[in-house]
Amino acid sequence: MWEYTDKVQQHFMNPQNVGELEKPSGTGDVGSLSCGDALKLTIEVDDNGIITDAKFKTFGCASAIASSSVLTEIIKGMSIEEASKLTNEDIAEALGGLPKEKMHCSVMGREALEAAIADFKGVILPMAEGEVVCECFGVTDLEIIRAIKESDLRSVEEITNFTKAGGGCGKCEDRLREILQQTVEGIAAEKTKPHKDQRMTTLQKIKKIEQVLEREIKPTLKKDGGDIELVDVDGDFVTVSLRGACSGCQSSRTTLKEYVEKKLREQVVDTLIVEEEK
Amino acid sequence: MNCGSEKVIYMDNNATTRVAPEVVDAMMPFLTDCYGNPSSMHTFGGMVGRAIEQARAQVAELLGADPEEIVFTSCGTESDSTAILSALQTYPENRHVMTTRVEHPAVKNLCESLTQLTGHKHRTTRLMVDEDGLLDMESYKQALSDDTAIISIMWANNETGVIFPVEEMAAMASERGILFHTDAVQAVGKIPINMRKNTIDFLSLSGHKLHAPKGVGVLYVRKGTPFVPFLNGGHQERGRRGGTENVASIIGLGRACELAAQSLQDENTRVKALRDKLEKELLATIPKSMLNGHPEKRLPNTSNISFEFVEGEAILLHMNQYNICASSGSACTSGSLEPSHVMRAMGVPFTAAHGSIRFSLSIYNTEEEVDLVLDKMPAIIANLRELSPFWEETE
Ligand SMILES: Cc1ncc(COP(=O)(O)O)c(C=O)c1O
Ligand code: FES
Repeated sequence: MWEYTDKVQQHFMNPQNVGELEKPSGTGDVGSLSCGDALKLTIEVDDNGIITDAKFKTFGCASAIASSSVLTEIIKGMSIEEASKLTNEDIAEALGGLPKEKMHCSVMGREALEAAIADFKGVILPMAEGEVVCECFGVTDLEIIRAIKESDLRSVEEITNFTKAGGGCGKCEDRLREILQQTVEGIAAEKTKPHKDQRMTTLQKIKKIEQVLEREIKPTLKKDGGDIELVDVDGDFVTVSLRGACSGCQSSRTTLKEYVEKKLREQVVDTLIVEEEK
Repeated sequence: MNCGSEKVIYMDNNATTRVAPEVVDAMMPFLTDCYGNPSSMHTFGGMVGRAIEQARAQVAELLGADPEEIVFTSCGTESDSTAILSALQTYPENRHVMTTRVEHPAVKNLCESLTQLTGHKHRTTRLMVDEDGLLDMESYKQALSDDTAIISIMWANNETGVIFPVEEMAAMASERGILFHTDAVQAVGKIPINMRKNTIDFLSLSGHKLHAPKGVGVLYVRKGTPFVPFLNGGHQERGRRGGTENVASIIGLGRACELAAQSLQDENTRVKALRDKLEKELLATIPKSMLNGHPEKRLPNTSNISFEFVEGEAILLHMNQYNICASSGSACTSGSLEPSHVMRAMGVPFTAAHGSIRFSLSIYNTEEEVDLVLDKMPAIIANLRELSPFWEETE
């Protein structure tokens, strides 16, 4: 028997906002039957970028249903920008906490929200890409790295609790350990760097981003016959388009997240999210 | 502590059972006045020793065994480990072990860690089951080998209740001089067993599955079967299991075996009829539901039903609101992330495996209880399906 909080019980027994919007501004569809949980989130966004309505359908255990239900309550009334900063920890917190083995349910909520926002913006979600590390649950290295960073994970078991990776046959465990070590070392190295000023105006940001693109990123991509153009900067969202050999190349999304986003976060603002123009 | 047992509808008897009131009565003196050590020289302790011998005879009677073939242990798991590890030590040169894909973790996990435990590399055949959960006798025959040290195959499956033809399989094994162990934890007390009519070498049972307390078990060891103890220590159990006896529980288990012999008939008529009613009506009233496991070759008390497109833990929590207790083979309830190995071995599709619910009845269940479950289940499943993104697509 799991120790569920009253809040989880409430949202499970009386889930809020069940269903599917007829004409959603954005849809996020994550998980699958074989994984044991799945969530379809539909959102309605008004002209001011405010989420005015949200509905969900979930297949899964009590905490998956409760996470989805509370998620719809949280995001209603939020701006898209606010919503895109929501973490799985926020979802778990709104439920008064989840058993650690169930944290992946809150991660599923965050993933669905992200997918719905990306769908609304018409961008391709880079997170689905990367190299699949855990075949049993189709989890990529990028997703794992992100979970490690966001939730400060320190063991393979925690990675499994949050992302499910490693929870099946277990043959990916060595690789998980490797990723964990590398990521943790990376975090430690970053901490020793001087802190960057986060309060930049959009104009300053654009200038700085262009600088980094010109000086560092473009030359590197060009070596491989590719190129990159800045399309738009909206808050922390940086939209770019990949050209030449990069566009449509299998690993372009890995390049985007692992290289471009990393560089920009290091040198401009460490909350930037880089997306590719559809 | 009040655990609310008076209002519970308990249909989870394959997990554990209620201790029979008669069993409690039999145990009480040994928890109070009769506290002597059965190994002591004085009469005060010796009387306790005699009570244990009476319990041994009661267990033997239920199994059609001789009392000296009964070794008391601390649980079913210990009995399983003892049998398998004993055989491996008896035949250290034999490096083949045969079992099935649907064993209880007590056998499954042990067989997966044999190398660690023995320091030898073993070949392990894990027999497949078909979609009804049945074994293929041809594959079994072919897997028998001259270097097979032990075969361990459960008598009845805890999740589906499916019964394996262990007596037939043991006969083939003994023809070739191979030791045969069966985990009969779920079978004892539910179906007739007569060890005089078969050639099974080791049989495990567990007290808490037949209305005795938790933490007591038995390993049946056929007379003449080579045996190496698992727990070395004092001379208790004729040197086959060291450790001062769990007296009260052993007495309780003896009494429970006596009661089980008396209720075997009831189990296979009235309980079976209740199970059949529950199963038939659930399958009839709830669309997209299906039975897991062979409909006939099965324990009389168990029904494992999948409700497609919904998840087991969610179903159980809703049932819990009505104080209905059952189990699920879903990932979320097993503490792992995948549906149970039994469901996967049977090839139950994922759409159904996650939503499997096991109802396991006992002689204490009533028709009113079955009716209440039948009354509540359709709405529980329908409500959860309303939430499921996969449900509409199939309508
Ligand atoms: C088939 C089977 N084998 C072994 C066991 C383990 O018995 P115990 O809990 O007494 O160790 C169980 C019960 O959970 C069981 O169902
Ligand atoms: S590949 Fe990750 S658990 Fe199987």
